[in-house]
Amino acid sequence: MGRKLLLEKAHIEGIRYYDTYRREGGYAAVEKALKMTPDEVTDQVKKSGLRGRGGAGFPTGMKWSFLAKPEGVPRYLVCNADESEPGTFKDRYLMEHIPHLLIEGLIVSSYALGSNRTYIYIRGEYAWIVDILEQAVAEAKKNGWLGNNIKGSGFNLEIYVHRGAGAYICGEETALIESLEGKRGNPRIKPPFPAVKGLWDCPTVVNNVETLAAVVPIINMGGEEYAKIGVGKSTGTKLISACGNINKPGVYEIDMTISVEEFIYSDEYCGGIANGKRLKACIPGGSSVPILPANLLLKTAKGETRMMNYESLADGGFQTGSMMGSGGFIVLDEDQCVVRHTLTLARFYRHESCGQCSPCREGTGWMEKILKNIEYGKGKMSDIDLLWDIQRRIEGNTICPLGDAAAWPVAAAIRHFRDEFEWHVTNREECLKRNYGLANYAEPIKATA
Amino acid sequence: MAEEKKLFKVTIDNITIEVEPGTTILNAARMIGGDVAPPAMCYYSKLKGSGGKCRTCLVEVAQGSTADPRPMPKLVASCRTNVMDGMVVKNITSERVLDARNGVVEFLLINHPLDCPICDQAGECHLQDLSYEHGKAGTRYEFQRRTFEKHDLGPYIQLHMTRCILCYRCVYVADQVTNKRVHGVLDRGDHAEIATYIEKALDNDFIGNVIDVCPVGALTDKTFRFKNRVWFLKPVDAHRDCPKCAGKVTLWYRGDEVFRVTGRKDQWGEVHDWICNECRFEKKKTSDWVIEGPTRVSRHSVISANHYVNVAKPEEKLPQIMGRPPKITLNIHDISDVNKPEIHLSELPGPAHSDDFNK
Amino acid sequence: MEFSAEKLAKVNEIIARYPEGKQKSALLPVLHLAQQEFGGWLSVETMDYVASLLKLEPIEVYEVATFYSMYNLKPVGKYMFEVCQTGPCMLRGSDDIIKYIEDKLGIKPGETTADGMFTLKTVECLGACGYAPMMQLGKHYREHLTKEKVDQIIEECRRNAAAGN
Repeated sequence: MGRKLLLEKAHIEGIRYYDTYRREGGYAAVEKALKMTPDEVTDQVKKSGLRGRGGAGFPTGMKWSFLAKPEGVPRYLVCNADESEPGTFKDRYLMEHIPHLLIEGLIVSSYALGSNRTYIYIRGEYAWIVDILEQAVAEAKKNGWLGNNIKGSGFNLEIYVHRGAGAYICGEETALIESLEGKRGNPRIKPPFPAVKGLWDCPTVVNNVETLAAVVPIINMGGEEYAKIGVGKSTGTKLISACGNINKPGVYEIDMTISVEEFIYSDEYCGGIANGKRLKACIPGGSSVPILPANLLLKTAKGETRMMNYESLADGGFQTGSMMGSGGFIVLDEDQCVVRHTLTLARFYRHESCGQCSPCREGTGWMEKILKNIEYGKGKMSDIDLLWDIQRRIEGNTICPLGDAAAWPVAAAIRHFRDEFEWHVTNREECLKRNYGLANYAEPIKATA
Repeated sequence: MAEEKKLFKVTIDNITIEVEPGTTILNAARMIGGDVAPPAMCYYSKLKGSGGKCRTCLVEVAQGSTADPRPMPKLVASCRTNVMDGMVVKNITSERVLDARNGVVEFLLINHPLDCPICDQAGECHLQDLSYEHGKAGTRYEFQRRTFEKHDLGPYIQLHMTRCILCYRCVYVADQVTNKRVHGVLDRGDHAEIATYIEKALDNDFIGNVIDVCPVGALTDKTFRFKNRVWFLKPVDAHRDCPKCAGKVTLWYRGDEVFRVTGRKDQWGEVHDWICNECRFEKKKTSDWVIEGPTRVSRHSVISANHYVNVAKPEEKLPQIMGRPPKITLNIHDISDVNKPEIHLSELPGPAHSDDFNK
Repeated sequence: MEFSAEKLAKVNEIIARYPEGKQKSALLPVLHLAQQEFGGWLSVETMDYVASLLKLEPIEVYEVATFYSMYNLKPVGKYMFEVCQTGPCMLRGSDDIIKYIEDKLGIKPGETTADGMFTLKTVECLGACGYAPMMQLGKHYREHLTKEKVDQIIEECRRNAAAGN
């Protein structure tokens, strides 16, 4: 049984409300932090080794230390709750079940960064969660954790919930800032980085929900203790949202010391592949990270057991590895068609491209059209190479990472499942009649009970 | 004496110059000039916030600075990246850059209608130039090209959305040069378009400048529409005493008739001064203007065809950078013995004359 | 066209969340409110009204309203079924659910039933991948969809409409 720091109390009856949360030891981190200096709080976060949980995995303490602090200019903390990467629904779970943990993390982090006005930018579709968060904010304020001179510390803070309106791109931090300013969610050209020029041109830190929630246990237990959990540079715990063809889809907190095989097959987590089928492939970190066939998912190319942490999932680079990403764990069983799945992702990224820069605006649509042809029996062999060439020329050449996010799934699908693409081209009739591809990637694997 | 300012040394395609801190790579490259300057479809030095979008000016930074010599992992938009002291940049000397640029040209063209034969911009179109320099002859795109619903922008400006490359320059013009913006970029992704949402004329005093900044034929002069090809016209610099703008323009003549009026453009295709709608659309008689003389046109431009005076020869940096002359499809000396190889036509001050060859 | 006094107070409360002079930031939340108040979609009149409330040029509102997928720029049915079709939902059978709703209501994605009751819309990932297939109906998600569940939801909507809710 892995250690839980975020969801340990998520199932306690009434934990959504202040009284229960407080009774269970909530807001102790705020009490503790307010007795420290802001720099001391930042220092604890640095020591914890916490890495951004939104997808990029950038060290949070380092990000905080980049924040410019010019005299007389307000600074802002913005919580990125625009969870939109396909396969990812962990932040939603956290906010729905234990919203005060996020509010507590926001207060501590705002104090450390010197933000007196902190915003939670939440995706527009999570409409009911806006109510949950606003209620939590109101409760926190009523009990003196927000407002002026919080608990006599001299620190002032207001938290506001800002609802988006349907745009994946707003999960990119500069697009999020634009959107928060009431504009189209066009990512900004960096530099300048938000830490210098962010919201309303003021220094700004944007952190993911889970990242900010993790600040609470870090302050409670101390950064060094937190860093002892996990392995290597993968410290602490990570929320994984598991979905696809597994028996128990849901959100799990792992301490990054378990293997991928255990995560998929153990009853504590995914509970194995649904309907007694075999594992074919998996996208372990949200739809933009490379898909891995079963054999490379469970073992690295070197034959080592693949573990559920940043380093191990990335082992082998993009050739034979993938990424931890946002923790969106998408499992495909033997009956699933990789071409079709890749097509839905290509459609997603085309739909979500902001349209600002040429490679993404034009390339995402082109890839979708070609994939559609291949999926519907109208593809040519040369289309596969063309697809490869298009993704190669999008990757790295766009303003924001959406270009990479659109390119990687296509690249990885071709890299590992090229014969499935070829099968679609050579079996035009058959691929129309059935909704699945080739199943010969699945290796029979017994559950490790 | 004023305090000496520290200049930054930057090397672009093996040519080193010193520039003021805060200069972008693109502007440093333009100071070197010639082929070293990356193409820019969306950046416009006179429009704040422009640039970064089209990705044609991507360059490779092989060394970040003297202090931090690490290369930058990704290609960067040279129009929005400042030089650092000791930076080493590769533009046409980088295979990666040329490959990426070739890709960007392809992306820009897959949905472009390629209707140059009926497009008023033909001959002065930056997308034509870009495609010629960096594109490929064939297309790999086998799908229906994108179309849009037609919108009427009033009596002055013609919009062809299918030609638009979404450089946003016209949006910045409306924001920064006119006093009210009524058009913008609507929708998103591959459906994004320049429009007003509700049918509305663009008739603000300075809105005609959107025509001059548009790199393609998306926004053209309705008063000049289908009247003539630009290479049949003779550009002449002129001015008038205008209460609204600087009144410095280029008149485009055919015979004695002024076909259109535009701002005066520099070698990068940017106007020197914004002009008002009255100068642009209403003053089409020679008597409205004080003529200064023929406009200096680049010899490489199709507009220089048939003009023998005041033609400017662009700087040739290729021999210096690549150690070879520029690629030319046809060398006149290979097929004709009329000219003497040692006589360069481009260096003659006017039209070639037999005297030039009999010296 | 005007918000009620109560909603106007809400608008002012939203504007106050942002620093002085940054009222443009209130645009997204106020557009949500306007869509909810003025018939489930954003007409030009509605958008112009929002522009005047926030002291913006109308084009600034049009640019934003057309960017985000949740704003309806045309009238929609009383009940909008927004069914997710992205990868994780597809793996759990969303294609069949969409087909079933199409057949059941006799409309294609993007269309509204003749009686103005239902609009079917296919959408991209809504962050409910573990509870797939799913749809958004108004403010809430309907998850773990089956054909039976779709039937129930349609019935429920019809009942609510008949009861005048």
